[in-house]
Amino acid sequence: MNTWLSIDGLSLTEGGTRIIADVSLTLGAQRTVVLGPNGAGKSTLLRLIHDLLHPSTGVLYWPRPLSQAMVFQRPVMLRTTALTNVIYGLKLKGFKTGEARRRAQESLARVGLEHLALRPARLLSGGEQQRVALARAWALEPELLILDEPTASLDPASSREVERIIGDIAASGARILMTTHNLGQARRIAEDIVFIDRGRIVEQTPVAQFFKLPQTPAAQSFLQEEMP
Amino acid sequence: MHEFNEPLITAWQLVAGADARLAGIVLLSLRVSLAATLIACVIGMPIGALLAVGRFPGRRTLIVLFNGLMGLPPVVVGLLVYLLLSRAGPLGQFGLLFSPEAMIIAQAILVTPIVAALTRQVVADSWSEYREQLRSLGASRGRAAATLLWDGRFSLSTAALAGFGRAIAEVGAVMIVGGNIDGVTRVMTTTIALETSKGDLPLALALGFILITVVLAINAVAYALRGWAERHWG
Amino acid sequence: MISRRLFCSALAACGLLAAAASHAQERFITVSSTTSTEQSGLFGHLLPIFEKASGIKVRVIALGTGQALDMARRGDADVVFVHDKAAEEKFVAEGFGVKRQEVMYNDFIVIGPKTDPAKAAGKDILEGLRRIEAAKAPFVSRGDKSGTHAAELRYWKAAGVDLDKAKGPWYRDTGSGMGPALNTAASMNAYILADRGTWLAFRNRGDLGIVVEGDTKLFNQYGVILVNPAKHPHVKQADGQKFIDWVVSADGQKAIAEYKIGGEQLFFPNARR
Repeated sequence: MNTWLSIDGLSLTEGGTRIIADVSLTLGAQRTVVLGPNGAGKSTLLRLIHDLLHPSTGVLYWPRPLSQAMVFQRPVMLRTTALTNVIYGLKLKGFKTGEARRRAQESLARVGLEHLALRPARLLSGGEQQRVALARAWALEPELLILDEPTASLDPASSREVERIIGDIAASGARILMTTHNLGQARRIAEDIVFIDRGRIVEQTPVAQFFKLPQTPAAQSFLQEEMP
Repeated sequence: MHEFNEPLITAWQLVAGADARLAGIVLLSLRVSLAATLIACVIGMPIGALLAVGRFPGRRTLIVLFNGLMGLPPVVVGLLVYLLLSRAGPLGQFGLLFSPEAMIIAQAILVTPIVAALTRQVVADSWSEYREQLRSLGASRGRAAATLLWDGRFSLSTAALAGFGRAIAEVGAVMIVGGNIDGVTRVMTTTIALETSKGDLPLALALGFILITVVLAINAVAYALRGWAERHWG
Repeated sequence: MISRRLFCSALAACGLLAAAASHAQERFITVSSTTSTEQSGLFGHLLPIFEKASGIKVRVIALGTGQALDMARRGDADVVFVHDKAAEEKFVAEGFGVKRQEVMYNDFIVIGPKTDPAKAAGKDILEGLRRIEAAKAPFVSRGDKSGTHAAELRYWKAAGVDLDKAKGPWYRDTGSGMGPALNTAASMNAYILADRGTWLAFRNRGDLGIVVEGDTKLFNQYGVILVNPAKHPHVKQADGQKFIDWVVSADGQKAIAEYKIGGEQLFFPNARR
């Protein structure tokens, strides 16, 4: 396993509550899914890794700095066209207008939205907006793509489409780190599962093993509750 | 009721008769207040956005300051601008006193805090929604402020309109720095004040009705445009 | 992107429009004067005649005499045209004005309720004021350092009324121009000292009428002064002087005499040439 991130003693305390408590973790798999009950600290962990939050204590050690992009549960669309939303991200990374437009068009085509490129982004359906958000992230060609419950507010058809795109992005070589409530999705996407509860890492296991034989009682009861 | 009938008839006669002097006064009012609002937006909107998005010492103090300055008394602004532009004042050499430009300056000062404070409110709301996404994409705070201004352009039209409403309705500042010179700096509000002075209350009220109608019409057009834009862009 | 460019250019166009509408520089002078000359309509009659004859536009700022002189002291006017002889002479003595020239006069009148509860009616201004004070009848004062206000204070003094002692709820110090003060008097049914010109042009009279008129003491002299270019170099000396020369000329004096409201002459030219 090729370690791309080591986390040592990471904690985050906000308003007296410990949201992340002394997390140490080594990430090396290309596709890792973080599972855990509501309020376990999954989203917070992703935000700490993406540098949207600053830890109270602890360090993130990157053997080699990775370019990152993140997709959120609710896509944030600017009041402009889908295409311009994608171009916006590219321009922030320093691409010139012509090159940014070309890349944005390509990226929209990869998520199957080239026909909606000139539509106002906010008037697209939830699933289409999430695909624009994926196109915006993918266009940046990140080495690490972080996704925080990207299908939580989508219908099953849109979820499948988003899942397919995540698979394509992974196939293009990007590392995937995501959370989800959909255990089937976790099973399909992940190589490694990180299970966290109340801000602590409970276990980190290859996906097949996790679903067959979770190592800890907490994970066992989680699976029992979540699986029908 | 007859106190209101006569002004209404007078107002109608003035408008229907396409009175050239009245048209000049109305156009000057619009020109001065629109220019002042435009300047206030160019200055106030970036300030409002930076107050919403920025992190710097004194930010809270500035927010309180701008909220407070929304209630600036026009007479005080008029007096300050008068003293600045007066020949004996620091900017006297430009000879701007008693000109439409002086009125624009005074109204712009009056309106900028209103635009800034309302902009801060609008941008702060969308900042809480967009913050993580914009930071994830690597936008600096300055860039984020610019993006949110552009993104909030339809909501911000309300801030501009509030400023314009304040500008076109005020009399204290333009009276002092404009001097109410016939044909040069006489606008709707100063005309109303003058006709009230002359005891011609029906004419004053008639002009008041015209002023209200103009302001209502501008608001209606802006409201319709905003509605269309929001349906178009979501 | 295209819409953004469109939006920005529309904004810029608005700005240009607003700025470009600025009229071309015309030849003009600024005259600080009193509300009585403006609100009585005299300037509306007089200035077009002068502008036609000279090609010089006159921009009038109408204020109380005290304010009008202060404005000129700051250098914000080329000519003052006011009515408070003592204040005008002080202005010239201080070096702010070149020379005071008399132009015309009108007269003050005491306006009051037609029922005249203080029995002040008559020809004698001083007796009239004494009766108003004795009856404590409501009286509205300009209280704004205008020429009319200065005259009122002189009349009280001459009548032997010590305002500082006599002042009470009956004496309303409004700190406002002639027109607003008349509006206040009309709504309170009070007495007030006014200039005849503003009264004749005033429309919101309520139940008020003229109570005292015709006393020679009520004579109200107007003077005109060029602001001293030695104090304020930007003063438009030549054009300002042209205006002064014109108002005291035969043509100017005739134009003043011709201004009437309802057949009544408002101002009486008396320039010494």
